[in-house]
Amino acid sequence: MPVTELRVAGFGGQGVILAAMIIGKAASIFQNGYATLTQSFGPEARGSACSAQLILSDSPVLYPYLTKPDMLIAMSQDAYARFAPDLKPNGILLIEKDLVHVTSAPAGMRMFGIPATRLAEEIGRRLVLNIVMVGFFGAVTGLVEPDALRKAVADSVPPGTEALNLRAFDRGYEYGLSKHHASGHDEWTIEKGLEALHG
Amino acid sequence: MTADPKGVLTGAHFLDGDQACTEGCLAAGARFAAGYPITPSTEIVERFAQRIPTVGGVFVQMEDELAASIAIQGAVWGGAKAFTVTSGPGFSLMMEHLGYAVMTETPCVLVNVQRGGPSTGLPTLPAQSDMMQARWGSHGDYEIIALSPSSPQECFDLTIQAFNLSEEFRVPVLLMMDECVGHMTEKVVIPEAEGIEIRPRRLTTLPPDQFTLYATNGDMVPDMVHAGMGYRFHVTGLTHDDRGYPAMTAQAQDKLIRRLKGKISTAAERIAFRDEEALDDAEVVVVSYGITARVAQRAIEDARRKGLKVGKLRLITVWPFPERQVRELAGRVKAFVVPELNMGQMALEVERAAGGRARTIPVPHAGGTVHQPADILRAIEEAAK
Repeated sequence: MPVTELRVAGFGGQGVILAAMIIGKAASIFQNGYATLTQSFGPEARGSACSAQLILSDSPVLYPYLTKPDMLIAMSQDAYARFAPDLKPNGILLIEKDLVHVTSAPAGMRMFGIPATRLAEEIGRRLVLNIVMVGFFGAVTGLVEPDALRKAVADSVPPGTEALNLRAFDRGYEYGLSKHHASGHDEWTIEKGLEALHG
Repeated sequence: MTADPKGVLTGAHFLDGDQACTEGCLAAGARFAAGYPITPSTEIVERFAQRIPTVGGVFVQMEDELAASIAIQGAVWGGAKAFTVTSGPGFSLMMEHLGYAVMTETPCVLVNVQRGGPSTGLPTLPAQSDMMQARWGSHGDYEIIALSPSSPQECFDLTIQAFNLSEEFRVPVLLMMDECVGHMTEKVVIPEAEGIEIRPRRLTTLPPDQFTLYATNGDMVPDMVHAGMGYRFHVTGLTHDDRGYPAMTAQAQDKLIRRLKGKISTAAERIAFRDEEALDDAEVVVVSYGITARVAQRAIEDARRKGLKVGKLRLITVWPFPERQVRELAGRVKAFVVPELNMGQMALEVERAAGGRARTIPVPHAGGTVHQPADILRAIEEAAK
């Protein structure tokens, strides 16, 4: 995988850091890549803005922070408003589409939405929305092998919750495949995305 | 001797530098930690406290850093391998007892996950501004060993190294991390226990009636005893004779201080671990350490693409400083470029060792984040002129 800068952002309690941790672990432990994860520290334990920065690469990562993010996974309106403007041209935006109302975005940005919280509730636990998001990320970007992601999910969640979390992963992954991969996501621009999301 | 498998979490893990440091402590055989919470170091002892119920050991949250830094020394004389962790403000409070460990030759490890200072400064953001404090922070004349990791993997590896060096030389060893490395998560590979070399404590083999507490035998480092082994001994921060009793004379002071310094300085070259690249035909050498070395690496590669002859000297052992090597390089390179997350601390040391034969160009940074590679590149280009 080429050097890819990814930001995962939302509010505290959504499992933002864990989602980034799982992607990084999948890439560097369960696949032959390199991953460097840093996170913002502050009073975001519950409810406030929270963000993790992840760099994925084929070779060891030198500079530890994001410079121009290739991707943003936004799980809250605040996260979207704060970080979407930093995305590089033709960057990819993944949103929790019930929680993020996209108003504007850089030209050429590709956008994909999933009602992760709703899907998580259908599975039985709202808490697993971050894992739904990880599955969606896997399907839409194809950046990390789904097998590696599944292994990282099972390895990272509390013991006894593996099955639930893997269901959440699969749900997000399937949603990503059906809605987007099938329709050729490279064509998916902000204009089409806005239209799809808001009619 | 190799590591006790009970403390070794063999495998590939996705850990941050703080957690990797904990695993290094456990693999090295540390079973006692005392600390007072302070960002960005707290996670090290937090994980230690979580791990010891299965590994065995004690964590004490003390009332402050003074207490933490002396509790570990009690534990060492009681037979444990011990460490404490802190950051800037706490490091300042530990300086008195750092000197006590130097004077009493108590092997222990102090981890400083550096953040921006002075005072409480920037609790959650990186700096490398305690490097001179590491060398000179406690009063009196002494030598110290300090290591600087630039990745979570090195936080694991160098923590073990820190314990081994502290046991070999009976000196406190400082692990000078920084917030960025401490809070950065990457792959960390922990080998099998039998692949981890552990330096055991230098315990005497002499019976009590033939044992003298600070008598040395050949290598300037005395053997030790623990409380409860049946020996009567006296440990003091006062200047002492070979028996460990106070000796308030210029002669005793001269003998002791020369040995305390000499045991480190005579071994300086052997323990000056470095990571070097292309020094043979270099015109400019970038000297860096810790997280800054990674950012510098990017600048070095950019400079090479522009055709500049740039060498790399990454200090893994920061103290003792690799003086002889810098002096030699100074005779054949144009300049040293020294980026660091402070306003120029190790740059002073490079300049001193270079002795005016090559320029030293500091790339200072007040901390809070890391350098932009472009800033280091600009300094390299300036140096190459």
